[in-house]
Amino acid sequence: MELLLPGFGIIFWTLIAFVVVLLILKKFAWKPILKTLKDREDNIANAIASAEKVKQEMAQLKNENETLLAKAREERATLLKEAKETADKMVADAQNKAKAEYERILTDAQAAIVQQKNSALADVKNQVGNLVIEVAEKVLRKELSNKGEQETFIKQLAEGVKLN
Amino acid sequence: MKYILAVAFSTFMMFFSNVSSAQEKHENGEGQHAVAAEKHGESHEEEKTGDVIIHHVLDSHEFHFFSYGDIHATLPLPIIIYSPERGLSVFSSARFEEGKEDYNGYRIVKEKIVPVDAAGNVDASVRAFDLSMTKNVVQMFIGIILLLVIMLSVAKKYKAQGAQSVPTGFQNAIEPVITFVRDDVAKPNLRERYQKYLPYLLTVFFFILINNILGLIPGSANVTGNIAFTLVLSVISLIVILISTDGHFWAHIFWPPNVPFLVKLILIPVELLGIFIKPAALMIRLFANMTAGHIVILSFVSLIFIFGKMNTGAGYGFSPVSLAFTIFIYVVEILVAFIQAFIFTNLTAVFIGQTFESGHGHDDKNGHHEEVFV
Repeated sequence: MELLLPGFGIIFWTLIAFVVVLLILKKFAWKPILKTLKDREDNIANAIASAEKVKQEMAQLKNENETLLAKAREERATLLKEAKETADKMVADAQNKAKAEYERILTDAQAAIVQQKNSALADVKNQVGNLVIEVAEKVLRKELSNKGEQETFIKQLAEGVKLN
Repeated sequence: MKYILAVAFSTFMMFFSNVSSAQEKHENGEGQHAVAAEKHGESHEEEKTGDVIIHHVLDSHEFHFFSYGDIHATLPLPIIIYSPERGLSVFSSARFEEGKEDYNGYRIVKEKIVPVDAAGNVDASVRAFDLSMTKNVVQMFIGIILLLVIMLSVAKKYKAQGAQSVPTGFQNAIEPVITFVRDDVAKPNLRERYQKYLPYLLTVFFFILINNILGLIPGSANVTGNIAFTLVLSVISLIVILISTDGHFWAHIFWPPNVPFLVKLILIPVELLGIFIKPAALMIRLFANMTAGHIVILSFVSLIFIFGKMNTGAGYGFSPVSLAFTIFIYVVEILVAFIQAFIFTNLTAVFIGQTFESGHGHDDKNGHHEEVFV
């Protein structure tokens, strides 16, 4: 069958042709084309990578900002808290102090009152003593003269004391 | 792009087939154009249709456009013969006068050139090597020139614009194909070593593709459907495969691991044969696909004339059916032109890849089921 018999001429020419085409294309076509394609793909890959990097950096910045903000908020809160605490403490201190002062004044006053009372009592006692002594003196003087009179006199005296 | 080609070729086909059937109608042909070789079918009424078809897919020493009666519109091609006894002789195939004349001690018999002596008998003592620029060779060169022009201009564009540019014009047609061969053929099969083989794979792919496509133009030669052409390509594939083998691979062939001793004895010849069967399959697959496509198309066209011989009405009646089939097969052929170029390249890459990975598993398990690909 003619169809299945390879012709010598075609084998010869095809071999030469293919090798020549391979060499020419390898040097002048595939090399620059593949190189350019690779460069372009690298460029694109780099662009994507750098975009990704920028994105990450942005995210990082955002994160940092957020942490900063959070920190600032926290600090503000602490500051506020501390201020409030200080204010509270001051108020409490003032109250305590006022209370202490009040108590001190109270105790002082009480002490003064007690003292005065005591001194008043002492006065009274003295006066009573004096009065008793006087009464006793008078009683003793009257006794010597008259018994009935004595008793009315004592009554009188006692009434006088009561009136006093 | 494929679709545009498909439409273009189908239109061509329709036009040519119409011309041929129209010419059948008026046997006294008016102004004839260069008709596709389908026309050839009716010129030799006495020839068998099968012979005509086979003649058409075979190589020849001239471009035959059409014949009308005794007028043959042909483009004679140069004949180059080297004979160790007689030296080199170069002359036009027109000298043979359609095989009626001997010239310069050579005679052409059914496209075969044989040396003859002065008495006109075949001279067996002279060895002649036919290196003629036949139809296939000339068309292959046209294809190569086209390929070089396209690729070099595209390459120039790439060089000029650098990596920062957007591809324009023909780059858009070529670039996806190149990246396809690189990313879907070379990289998966050859992994980290793909760059070494990529120029070869790309060349094979485009070389086969352009010849497939040119071979589809009506009246053109059937280059990729020529067994010699595919033989050369597969021998080159075989050489590339053998170059890339290593000790590992041969150890695997001559001492298959993980099998009993007796099975080893059976496997060694099988593995050895496999080395040659793989490229042989490549050769036969491309040849058979392209030739079969041409034969099918020609058969459908010839059907019109076969019916026409029985009865003119039947010929006309059948022509639309035949045309529809022809166009359908034509479009399929355009698809096949791309697919076969891809398969040849891809399987070459697969076979090269197999020589790397003899380390794991059984190679033939990965390779053999693909042999069935037709």
